[in-house]
Amino acid sequence: MGELAMREAYGRALAEYGTSNPKLVVLDPDTSSSTLSCYFAQRFPERFFNVGIAEPCMVDIAVGLALAGKVPFANAFAALLSFRAMEQIRTCVCYARTNVKLVAGYAGVSDYKDGPTHHAITDIATMRALPEMTVIVPGDGAEAARWVPIIAEYDGPVYLRINRAGALPTHNAGLPLQIGKGLTLRPGRDVTIVAAGTLVGRSLLAAEELAALGLDARVIEMHTIKPLDVELVAQAAEETGALVSAEEHSIVGGLGSALAEALADCHPAPLERVGLRDTFARTAPDPESLMDAFGMGVADIVAAARRAAARCAAARKRK
Amino acid sequence: MYSEATLQQLEEIACQLRIDSLEMIYRRQAGHPGWSLSAAEIMAALFFNKLRLDPARPDWPERDRFILSKGHASAILYAALARRGFFPSSDLAGWGQLDCHLQGHPDRLKTHGVEMSTGILGHGLPIGVGLALAARLDGAAHRVYVVLGDGECQAGVIWEGAMAAAKFQLANLTAILDYNDVQLDGPVHEIMPLEPLAAKWRAFNWNVIEINGHNLRQVLEALDLAAETHNGPTVIIAHTTKGKGVSFMENRSQWHGVPPTAAQLEQALGELRRPAGAGRN
Repeated sequence: MGELAMREAYGRALAEYGTSNPKLVVLDPDTSSSTLSCYFAQRFPERFFNVGIAEPCMVDIAVGLALAGKVPFANAFAALLSFRAMEQIRTCVCYARTNVKLVAGYAGVSDYKDGPTHHAITDIATMRALPEMTVIVPGDGAEAARWVPIIAEYDGPVYLRINRAGALPTHNAGLPLQIGKGLTLRPGRDVTIVAAGTLVGRSLLAAEELAALGLDARVIEMHTIKPLDVELVAQAAEETGALVSAEEHSIVGGLGSALAEALADCHPAPLERVGLRDTFARTAPDPESLMDAFGMGVADIVAAARRAAARCAAARKRK
Repeated sequence: MYSEATLQQLEEIACQLRIDSLEMIYRRQAGHPGWSLSAAEIMAALFFNKLRLDPARPDWPERDRFILSKGHASAILYAALARRGFFPSSDLAGWGQLDCHLQGHPDRLKTHGVEMSTGILGHGLPIGVGLALAARLDGAAHRVYVVLGDGECQAGVIWEGAMAAAKFQLANLTAILDYNDVQLDGPVHEIMPLEPLAAKWRAFNWNVIEINGHNLRQVLEALDLAAETHNGPTVIIAHTTKGKGVSFMENRSQWHGVPPTAAQLEQALGELRRPAGAGRN
């Protein structure tokens, strides 16, 4: 299942979960054949609402359904959900603390064919700034599927970020999935790579390369960007002295910024951020080459880890 | 169908809600007097005749759902909720204080009887669509009422919600549009004209009822007609006067969000306390 595209795994899981939770209702603004909420629509047409190309309206309708005790999953392209419907999300979902689940498809640069109009590279930044919001970025398809019942049964606003494409497997199937609890996927002493989303699998590959270079890298999957597992970050800073953030997002405001804030608060340590370097990406023939071209390749993670470890060593020498 | 006694009682309540609102806005030196005055009959008809509510159980599942889409008019909503018994009238004096549950704009998490937090314009109608869809899924008999301002019909999301309500044929949803033709910067027909407004709603496949929004019999009968209409949602376009009942506030955009002085309050209350019935529309 790790090979399954994230949206495919999510769409199947949503339809499956519909059988066990009669309160589940699903909304989509004319993108159900892309987000794959259409699987749910086919099985439960009476609980599916296609609102046309109107993301703000969709979020408000979801709010009304939530007020009445339903558990709405409102799907849309991340770029549109996080910008066009932002005011609804801030006011009617977060401020009013309604039990709405926002599922942001085609996240990051995964809509490589359409280009930057449909890339979502600042959605984590804006979503995590909202009080009451929980932000979850699954690492692969299998994990995306596992989050469906968990966020449905959590009471409060959630932003779940889903990629269009597949992701390298995270091999986290045996580990417990819990909101706000990061997963240590690989032990290591010299540097810690804290990754989210499609960069998790890439970080595991980077750790292999780093091992060959004599650097023992720890890999943490930080699926919950908010609330951040600060304890796990502080422990990694304490034990490895250097960190790297890796995400399919701008280096401004996302996981990298969340880590920087946490480190500044509790355990200052060198941090190198891997992500889009405050720039729009481009159209590409496939998501992998696009990520490689815009600073999110395995080689970028390796280089960042070496820089972070070197900064740590230099700081120790000065002491 | 409505007795003179019923109408007179509701007129007195509407008058009281106006007085409460102005006193609240004066005390706090903040709020939106014009709209609170124009919607007084609508609020009186809903909260003291039509809405099925139980102040002792704000979460009663069978209650009718009411959303004040234009949350700026919180003063008259708070006055209505207090007079209806959702919380003590003495709370009104604390409106806007740091430790008071009454926020500048209504907050569903802090104030009993507030169905949904509002204040940013345009949300009430699509949220009402969600509430009405849920009621239908549950086979519930309660109705959903949304009071809209006219200015907020300039916001696109209102029309997104209107399209959705018609698509889903939500006969359990009624919108009441307080058409006072005044907004913050001037007359609605100058700032961004809405006309032909009734034709717009009809074009969006809504049932449309036009009334004088200060005539309680018309307000009550329109609400009844909407409830008896089974082929989709209904909007009641209530023609009203912004600042109704206070001569120097009527139809003046400068009273959209400005509190009165002590002297102005005294004059306003004097005008409002004149014997009811004499000026019935």
